[in-house]
Amino acid sequence: MTDPRIADPRSRQRQARTTALACLGIVVGMTALAFAFVPLYDLFCKATGFDGTPLRGAAASGPVSQDKMVVHFDTNVAPGLPWRFVAESPQVEAQLGATQTVFFRVTNTGTTPSTGIATFNLQPALTGSYFVKVQCFCFNEQTLKPGETMDFPVVFYVEPGIKADSNTRDLTEMTLSYTYFASKNGQPQAALATPTGTRAN
Amino acid sequence: MAQAVTAGHDHAHDHTPPFFQRWFNSTNHKDIGTLYLLFAFSAGIVGAFLSFGIRMEMEAPGLQYFSNPQTYNVFVTGHGLIMVFFMVMPALIGGFGNWFVPLMIGAPDMAFPRMNNISFWLTVAGFMSLVCSLFVEGAPGATGAGTGWTVYPPLSTAGHPGPAVDFAIFALHLSGAGSILGAINFITTILNMRAPGMTLHKMPLFAWSMLVTAFLLLLSLPVLAGAITMLLTDRNFGTTFFDPAGGGDPILYQHLFWFFGHPEVYIMILPAFGIVSHIISTFSRKPVFGYLAMAYAMVAIGVVGFVVWAHHMYTVGLTLQTQSYFVFATMVIAVPTGVKIFSWIATMWGGSIRFTAAMHWAVGFVFLFTVGGVTGVILANAAVDRYLHDTYYVVAHFHYVLSLGAVFIIFAGVYYWFPKMTGRIIPEWAGKLHFWLAFIGANVLFFPMHFLGLAGMPRRYADYPEAFAGWHWVATMGGHIFALGMVVFVIGVVLAFRSKERAADNPWGEGATTLEWTLSSPPPFHQYETLPVIVDEPSHAH
Repeated sequence: MTDPRIADPRSRQRQARTTALACLGIVVGMTALAFAFVPLYDLFCKATGFDGTPLRGAAASGPVSQDKMVVHFDTNVAPGLPWRFVAESPQVEAQLGATQTVFFRVTNTGTTPSTGIATFNLQPALTGSYFVKVQCFCFNEQTLKPGETMDFPVVFYVEPGIKADSNTRDLTEMTLSYTYFASKNGQPQAALATPTGTRAN
Repeated sequence: MAQAVTAGHDHAHDHTPPFFQRWFNSTNHKDIGTLYLLFAFSAGIVGAFLSFGIRMEMEAPGLQYFSNPQTYNVFVTGHGLIMVFFMVMPALIGGFGNWFVPLMIGAPDMAFPRMNNISFWLTVAGFMSLVCSLFVEGAPGATGAGTGWTVYPPLSTAGHPGPAVDFAIFALHLSGAGSILGAINFITTILNMRAPGMTLHKMPLFAWSMLVTAFLLLLSLPVLAGAITMLLTDRNFGTTFFDPAGGGDPILYQHLFWFFGHPEVYIMILPAFGIVSHIISTFSRKPVFGYLAMAYAMVAIGVVGFVVWAHHMYTVGLTLQTQSYFVFATMVIAVPTGVKIFSWIATMWGGSIRFTAAMHWAVGFVFLFTVGGVTGVILANAAVDRYLHDTYYVVAHFHYVLSLGAVFIIFAGVYYWFPKMTGRIIPEWAGKLHFWLAFIGANVLFFPMHFLGLAGMPRRYADYPEAFAGWHWVATMGGHIFALGMVVFVIGVVLAFRSKERAADNPWGEGATTLEWTLSSPPPFHQYETLPVIVDEPSHAH
């Protein structure tokens, strides 16, 4: 141990401990990051309309464009929920920038009361950033008695900017898809809109 | 700790502990490396058995051996998970890494020998959990997890109500924890325990490759652990991280998985890059060409490897701009990889080359890895990927870089270091015969898969139209040839242990310049009681 380059064992041991703790810090940090991705990704999708997440906003106030876009409505009920779910019309022709209202009707065809929760998505996913929902019924639990029917309005407009984006300007149609799931853990995950259902019958 | 070994074990270096103490409570890096290699070989046999089932089924259209195609998917999943987490990683990182990183950097042992032992047994426990998952219910009416190694929801959540996926997730947790502890151990060892005079820029390339690999593990595995923990709570505790019913998004899982999954492929191949550099340099009797470029190419591959993950997800609906970025970033990786390929060739150029068995495998690797790399550049194009996504073309690509890349180097490493590890000699003819059977077999097995993929054959199907039958039959024949090579390998190892011939300390002569060749074959139970001091001379470059 005369070589000056050989470090004293105790200081080497301390160095080793420091390195190991720094590594442990990286592991803890990366694990935290993985979990932080969940709210961050949700926020990112909501803010940018990424992956077909429709934006939420106030009523259209900008100029109305002459261009039109066909919006199809797709309604689904997940297995396990005895509901019937239809849109008042399978599609509408939406003038860009003009606010539109479409009603959806849901009926409990089962023999017991059941609770459902709706989620939505847009296809192609790239149109998410230009589809603005002013009012909707998504992410709110609904409980329907056997045979009960409810009508829900969806108020939306398509941003004229969709024609300026190179990713979407060639599109002439988009699909708004809704799925009703049997309610999970009894709580809506992202309740921003207030319940707006008007009871029919 | 390790330093105590250098101070106080002057007369005890060949005193080995009794059997149970030595192999079950092992804290010796060489013994743990041996355990890892034996474990990887055993797990590899199970994984190979599963792939044999796959190839037998795919030999002809229709369902021959699997009455339930879901069971076929379970075989595919088991094969993938076992080969990635319980064969390639334990062999290259746990096996050769433990054996040769301390020897090459002149350290008496790993920094945390007990933690090393925990790493190994966590990996074994993980494998047990994965084997359990094969025998409990997964999808309704079938046992085992048939999710593919990616475990995407909703197939892995709503599609597999039984506990098989929970066992598989638990297996990944355990082996992941083992790998993270191992990575911390490697980083601490390499950064703090190099012999006096061995600066990072004089460190052998295999140690460099393990340092980069350990950092990749440290940064990527926690993300996988987080993602599969969320999957576990989605499955069992009613959370909705990836369940649209509660506002979750299954695509988020894909982002998290591939943020881990892409670095993972470099975790599997970087140690092989390190090993092949030493073999080519040894048998060309030249230092590695462009040592520093070789080291920093691995660092560059590791760094860029973290920002290309979405090239596995071109079909999920990314914007054109996002796709363009991922195409470009992915192709950038070809640059440092090219630096490595050309440096290996330049190392051989003008060298006095000896075609030993290990050199056969190393040169075979350079050729086959280049083929796999080229198909990787093709698949990196988002537009081309639209057509080839989830086809056999992808299967061919990743088997060329893994089955013919990483696995070839595992065998190259065995033939190169077997005399050092055991003091015995595998007959050269066995290693060469094994090589030619494996080289021909693997090419006959995987090259036709390019044609199948281009023709539209999708992955993960137990049955297929008549039109694909020809090349599938050829591929299965290649599998048989490869399996025959494995028999030759076992014969070679048996012959080595039966022979009375003993290996010299440095059986490869002049070209082998790293520190492990200065020790006896096999090395003493505790080495470097006096730390070697590295002096400045050009031969460090290897």
